[in-house]
Amino acid sequence: MAFEDQRTTVYKIDPAHPESETLPTLRTEELLLNMGPQHPATHGVLKVILELEGERLVKSTPVLGYLHRGVEKLAEDGTYHQFIPHTDRLDYVCAMYNNFAYCRAVEKLMNITLPDRAEYLRTIVAEVQRIVGHQFWLGTQALDIGAMTVFFYCFRDREILMDWFDELCGARLTTSWYRIGGVERDFTPSLLDKLKQFLDYFPPKIDEYQVFLETNRIWVGRTKGVAIISAEDAVSFGLSGPTLRGSGVDYDLRKAQPYSAYPKCEFSVPLGKNGDTYDRYWIRVLELYESVKIIRQCLEQMQDGPIMADVPSVTLPPKQRVFTNLESMIQQFKLFSQGFDAPPGEIYCGTEAHKGELGFYIVSTGGGKPYRLKIRAPSFIHMGAFDHMSRGYMISDAVTIFGTYDIVMGECDR
Amino acid sequence: MVLQELASRLQNDFSAALVRTVEWRGELSVTVMRDRLHEIAQFLRNDPAMDFDYIVHVSSVDWPDDEERFEVVYELYSIRKRHQIRLKTRVPESDCVVDSLTDLWKGADFMEREVYDMMGIRFRNHPDLRRILLPDDYTEGYPLRKDFPLRGKGWRDTFEFLDETAR
Repeated sequence: MAFEDQRTTVYKIDPAHPESETLPTLRTEELLLNMGPQHPATHGVLKVILELEGERLVKSTPVLGYLHRGVEKLAEDGTYHQFIPHTDRLDYVCAMYNNFAYCRAVEKLMNITLPDRAEYLRTIVAEVQRIVGHQFWLGTQALDIGAMTVFFYCFRDREILMDWFDELCGARLTTSWYRIGGVERDFTPSLLDKLKQFLDYFPPKIDEYQVFLETNRIWVGRTKGVAIISAEDAVSFGLSGPTLRGSGVDYDLRKAQPYSAYPKCEFSVPLGKNGDTYDRYWIRVLELYESVKIIRQCLEQMQDGPIMADVPSVTLPPKQRVFTNLESMIQQFKLFSQGFDAPPGEIYCGTEAHKGELGFYIVSTGGGKPYRLKIRAPSFIHMGAFDHMSRGYMISDAVTIFGTYDIVMGECDR
Repeated sequence: MVLQELASRLQNDFSAALVRTVEWRGELSVTVMRDRLHEIAQFLRNDPAMDFDYIVHVSSVDWPDDEERFEVVYELYSIRKRHQIRLKTRVPESDCVVDSLTDLWKGADFMEREVYDMMGIRFRNHPDLRRILLPDDYTEGYPLRKDFPLRGKGWRDTFEFLDETAR
C-alpha cells in the first residue's frame, strides 16, 4: 500500500551510518512566536518575541513602545503645575500615586515642607490607591491564569473605592488630586464615613480572595516555583516594590527614606523567601492588610489644619478665593501659564508606588518649566528582567510572568 | 556613609578623574571624565564601603550650547548602606560614545537602550544596543534632543490641516 511505502522511505536506514538504525533523525528547530501586540494578557499593547524549543522558552525579546507618547518631551514644554494631569496617564490604574511622586519631586526641588494635615491626607489617599492597585493586580493576574471568580470579587470592592475617588475629586481614574505643596481639597464628613466603613468591610474580603486562590490547585501550581529570581539578580536588575521584596530583599522606600506621614505610622514590610510568583502574590496580599493599618492610624492621628503649604510664589491659592478675589485669580492664572521660578539644580526623588519605585529626575535651569524631566518607571525596568525570568519556563508561563510584575504599559512606554 | 565622606573618598582615590562634585538638596552628584567612568563605577559597586549594588536610573541631558553637548546620568543606590550618588559624565556630539555599565548592573541594559533611543548616545560593549521605545526603522532622529521639534518630524509634517482662519 502507498501508505506503508511512505513509512519505509522515511525510516530507511542509511547503510553508511548504522548507528542511526534505532533512532530516526528528527529535524528540530527553534520556533519564533510573536506574542502580542494585541493579547489580552499583556495589559496594554506589548509584543514579545518568544524563541521556543518545543514548549520551553529559550529566549524572549520584549518589543516596547506601542504606547509611547513622549511624555518626557511634553514635560519640557509645560510648567510644573501643567504636568500633573500628564502623570495621571502614566500608570492609569494608579493615578494618585503618580501625582504624589511627581508633586514630591517638585517639592524637593522647591524645598517646600507641607503642613501636617496635608501629609496625612496624602498618605491616606496614597494607601487607598495602593489597595486599588493591588486589587486590580490580583484580579487581572488571576484572570490571566484562568481563575475568573476572584476577578469579579476584586472589582466589586475596587468599585467602592473608585466611587470614593469620584466623590473626592470628580474622577475615577485620572484623578489629579495632588497639588504641588498640598492637596486640592479636604475630606468631607461623608468621605470620612465611607472610608471608615470600607476599612471595616475590607479585611474579611481579603481573606475571601485568598480562599479563592490558595485553594485553587491549578492557580497554585501555576504560580509556585514559576519565574524565580534570586535576590542578587533582582537587585542587579533594579527591580523594586513587591517584585524585589518577593526575593527577600528588604527595600521599601517608605522605610528606607521615610516620607510624608509614613514615619508616624507603624507598619511592617512583608518579605518573600523563594522569589517566585507565589511569594510576590503573597506579599501584595499582606500589603493590603498593612495599607488598612496605615489608613486607620492616619485617620486617628490626623488633626485639623491647612491642606496647602503657605508659599504663595509656588502653591495655588484656595479655589474659593480664586472665584471671589481678583488677585487670587491672577495669581492662579500666572502660576499655571508662566509657572514659578524654580532654582537651577537637579534632584531625584523616588516614591514607593505599589508597583515599585516611581522616581522623577528633574533638571532645572531656572524659570517655570523643567529643563529635563526623566521618569523612572518601575514597569519599564521590570520588563528588562523579563528575558532572564522567563528562560526555561513553559510558553503558558509567559502570561504569568507579565502578571507578576503588575505591568502597565502606559507607564512602561511613557 | 554620609555624603561628605563619600565625596572625600572619591576625591582621594580619583582626584584626577573628577570634574565636579556638587551637593544640593541632600544629594551628591559627581561628574567624572568619560574614559574613567567605567573604572569609577566598578569601584563604587565593588568597594565594600561604597557597595552601590542598585541602579536607580540612567538618564541623559542635552546642553546644545556646551562644548561637550550631552550629559549621561547614572543614579546609584546602596540597599545595604542606604546611600545614594549620582554619577555623571559629559559626551561631545562628534564622538557620542560612553562605556556601557551593563556588565556591572544588569538593569543598565534597558536603561541605556532608552538613552540611546531618546538621545542618540551610544554605549560601548552594550550587548544589544537597539532602539527600544521607538520603532527600529525610525530615521527622524532622537526625540529628546533639544533641536527636535515638539510637534514631531517626518510624516507628521505631511498632514494637511484645515485652515481655521479661512472659515
